[in-house]
Amino acid sequence: MTTPHHIPVLRQGKVYKSLDVQTVPKLGTDEAAAEISFACADMIKYDMHRMGDAREALKKFSCEELVAMTKKAGEYFLDADLPIGTEGELQSPEDYVLSLASTSGLPHALIRMNMKRLGGIFGQIDDIFQGLTRGLDWEVLDKGYGEQGGAPVSFSPTTTELAVILPSNSPAVNALWIPSIAMKVPVLLKPGREEPWTPWRIIQAFIKAGCPPEAFSLYPTQHDGSGAIIRRAGRVMLFGDDSTVKQHEHDPRVEVHGTGYSKFVIGEDEIENWEQYVDSMVESVSANSGRSCICTSTIVVPKYGDEIAEAISKRLVEITPLAQDDPDAKLSGFANPKFAEWINEAVEQGLESDGARDVTAQYREGERFQNRDGMNYLQPTIIRCDSFDEELALREFLFPFASVVECPQAEVLDKVGYSLVFTAVTKDIDWINQLFDCPEIERLNVGNVPTNRISWNQPHEGNLFEFLYTRRSFAFAESA
Amino acid sequence: MTADEAQSQLDERVREMMAWHFSEETGTPFWLDWKKEAGWDPREEVKSAADIVKFPHFQDEWLRDEKNERFVPNAYKGRPFNIFETGGTTGLPKQRVGWEDYKHDYEQFSDQLSDEYFPKGGNWIMVGPTGPRRLRLAVEHLANHRGGSCYHVDLDPRWVKRLIGRKELDQVERYQAHVMSQAVEIIKHRDISCIFTTPKLLASIGERISIADHGIKGCFCGGTSMTPEYVRFLQEEVLENKSLFVPTYGNTLMGLAVSIPEELPDNDYSVTYYAPQPRAMLRIVDPEKTEITKDYGEYGRVELTTLSHEFFMPRFLERDEAIRRKPHAKYAWDGVGDVRPFGALTKTVIEGVY
Repeated sequence: MTTPHHIPVLRQGKVYKSLDVQTVPKLGTDEAAAEISFACADMIKYDMHRMGDAREALKKFSCEELVAMTKKAGEYFLDADLPIGTEGELQSPEDYVLSLASTSGLPHALIRMNMKRLGGIFGQIDDIFQGLTRGLDWEVLDKGYGEQGGAPVSFSPTTTELAVILPSNSPAVNALWIPSIAMKVPVLLKPGREEPWTPWRIIQAFIKAGCPPEAFSLYPTQHDGSGAIIRRAGRVMLFGDDSTVKQHEHDPRVEVHGTGYSKFVIGEDEIENWEQYVDSMVESVSANSGRSCICTSTIVVPKYGDEIAEAISKRLVEITPLAQDDPDAKLSGFANPKFAEWINEAVEQGLESDGARDVTAQYREGERFQNRDGMNYLQPTIIRCDSFDEELALREFLFPFASVVECPQAEVLDKVGYSLVFTAVTKDIDWINQLFDCPEIERLNVGNVPTNRISWNQPHEGNLFEFLYTRRSFAFAESA
Repeated sequence: MTADEAQSQLDERVREMMAWHFSEETGTPFWLDWKKEAGWDPREEVKSAADIVKFPHFQDEWLRDEKNERFVPNAYKGRPFNIFETGGTTGLPKQRVGWEDYKHDYEQFSDQLSDEYFPKGGNWIMVGPTGPRRLRLAVEHLANHRGGSCYHVDLDPRWVKRLIGRKELDQVERYQAHVMSQAVEIIKHRDISCIFTTPKLLASIGERISIADHGIKGCFCGGTSMTPEYVRFLQEEVLENKSLFVPTYGNTLMGLAVSIPEELPDNDYSVTYYAPQPRAMLRIVDPEKTEITKDYGEYGRVELTTLSHEFFMPRFLERDEAIRRKPHAKYAWDGVGDVRPFGALTKTVIEGVY
């Protein structure tokens, strides 16, 4: 047994070892994978009064310098041994993979894929910056004012910090806050209990690249600590279900990343070619073990619903629980084993209806719910639903799951509701125009594009720059 | 005092209280009736602290359901009494009658306070529940006893509990800010050297002003359980290690159990409280078999027995659990450590005994 890493509190870059230390076990064992210092809510409140100092530390650098540091940080994140703990230990990239796997249930292959994805965010920071600011000259943020497209512009920050309440289920969500540093806004992160590793490593990469440590705060904390952050931070990103979205829908400080309800839809003009799109549908449903809000949860077609459900099912059942270090492992175990049980129960409940059937059941080995190496898994599941009235037609779960529903193209937009990502395989210009007009679609892919493929210079959910900055008008007197 | 001497003193106190509360001349009507129903005489059977387990657990509902006069010892018959209320959120609150106990308790507590951090003659401020609570008179008496006066800022904990119950956390913060602004004004503009408040309110005041820089040298706190990390935060950051943090454990039914603040940093801020023996005793009991006292270093439920002439309350089970700690050179009887709400953790926690 090796000594578990200690993840301390990071208070504007200063390591703080708490007396409130909680152990996170290696999944499926009693062995400690990590010891985590917990911060009390009042300590966080105290520190938040000083976030202005953290922003001042970032403002000493130009955006250009911070962009360069971000790129360098990406290289360190992928390849360097970086500090961890409180005693000067270093963590190699491989140790990071093993640590994250041990607490999150993610297979090593998926973690490496997510690392690459995050590395891409660091590496493309200049494109992302340009995309989010619509080509703003970085100097405008350095000076506070300037020109864009020939017009005078000035931007002021809406906050002294970007607070992020991170989930435990996907390391890639850290991509959302990385650009904040180049935009000179410090971050205050509350990691998920099972996933302190990624935010910690990203922060260390930034610091090694020369970013001021004051710009980074990491607070493992309890519910009251999260509450204090949400109530007090100038800008907050958090992840949650529909009820969380509803709770904060009128609060401009809070951006909730909720359920995606992403869809893969084939138009009437392309449905006869459906077999060409099976690869895309399989990827859309199963990428990142189906854990992302950009994964497809509903497939809508005008006909051939049974055939499509069968074809996808035959492919998806190849994804099974494997050893975490198996390079072919694509299915993630559940960090909280109870979640797998609850989700499985919800699927079974939906299947009690005559209008819903589990097409994958006939092809896969064993039951949907599996236990391997002490971890609970849910095997991929495709449900053929007779209509959108079925309970499972528009559901999203934390594993490769999708419904297949037949619906006339003309009725699709009235039936499917909100979609974070909507892939429409069609060349029908009229329909495409309708889709572009639809306010319920956040990101629209036209053609055979898997829903999980997104471009970071076009935010699919909120624009970080517009969240962190507001435009102001300004004038200088002639004599100034 | 040695542990044996402390035990003898406590046993003697138990015998004295049995004689007092269970005799017709001085006894309490509630307990005299209880004796008749129970069919045994505690004066004969309860000769030491160990014999207290012969009593059933005191039910705090009795303090709501019985008339207060039933708890007036015959020795005090005809003397008007103070009525002190315990927490509660709805309905008729639980009440305890009293006369001089709070003065005795807080004078005894005063003897434990450092004159350096709680200067004699210095003024106090109490920020917390006043109204019908014993604490309001007790803290003022403490201030007066030490030669100072006491300012008060009221807080209604029942309203706060309701707000929390309704998840109106914004309202909680607004109410807290309302209380804080009053406290901060007084601290800024009056000569105050000592404060009594709750831990959360102390932290909240510290968010607004430097408590130490405004002349407050000593802070006596009580009211809720505190983790070692939170105690450390209060001492090192809220009070900036310039003022002294003195945590206490107590309630209307007991008085004050004291800690040894000067030793907190060396003990990783794990707080051990010592009951005001022999006026009250604390046991750490097995929650399933409460007659069994837990071993040193083990968590168990806190059981309180109050042994004053004004009020006898055997074996009241607090809503807290704590670690049983060994006697200290300063207090030669068992302590209770790292108090937390009962059932906070379901698994058994065994701590290294020190």
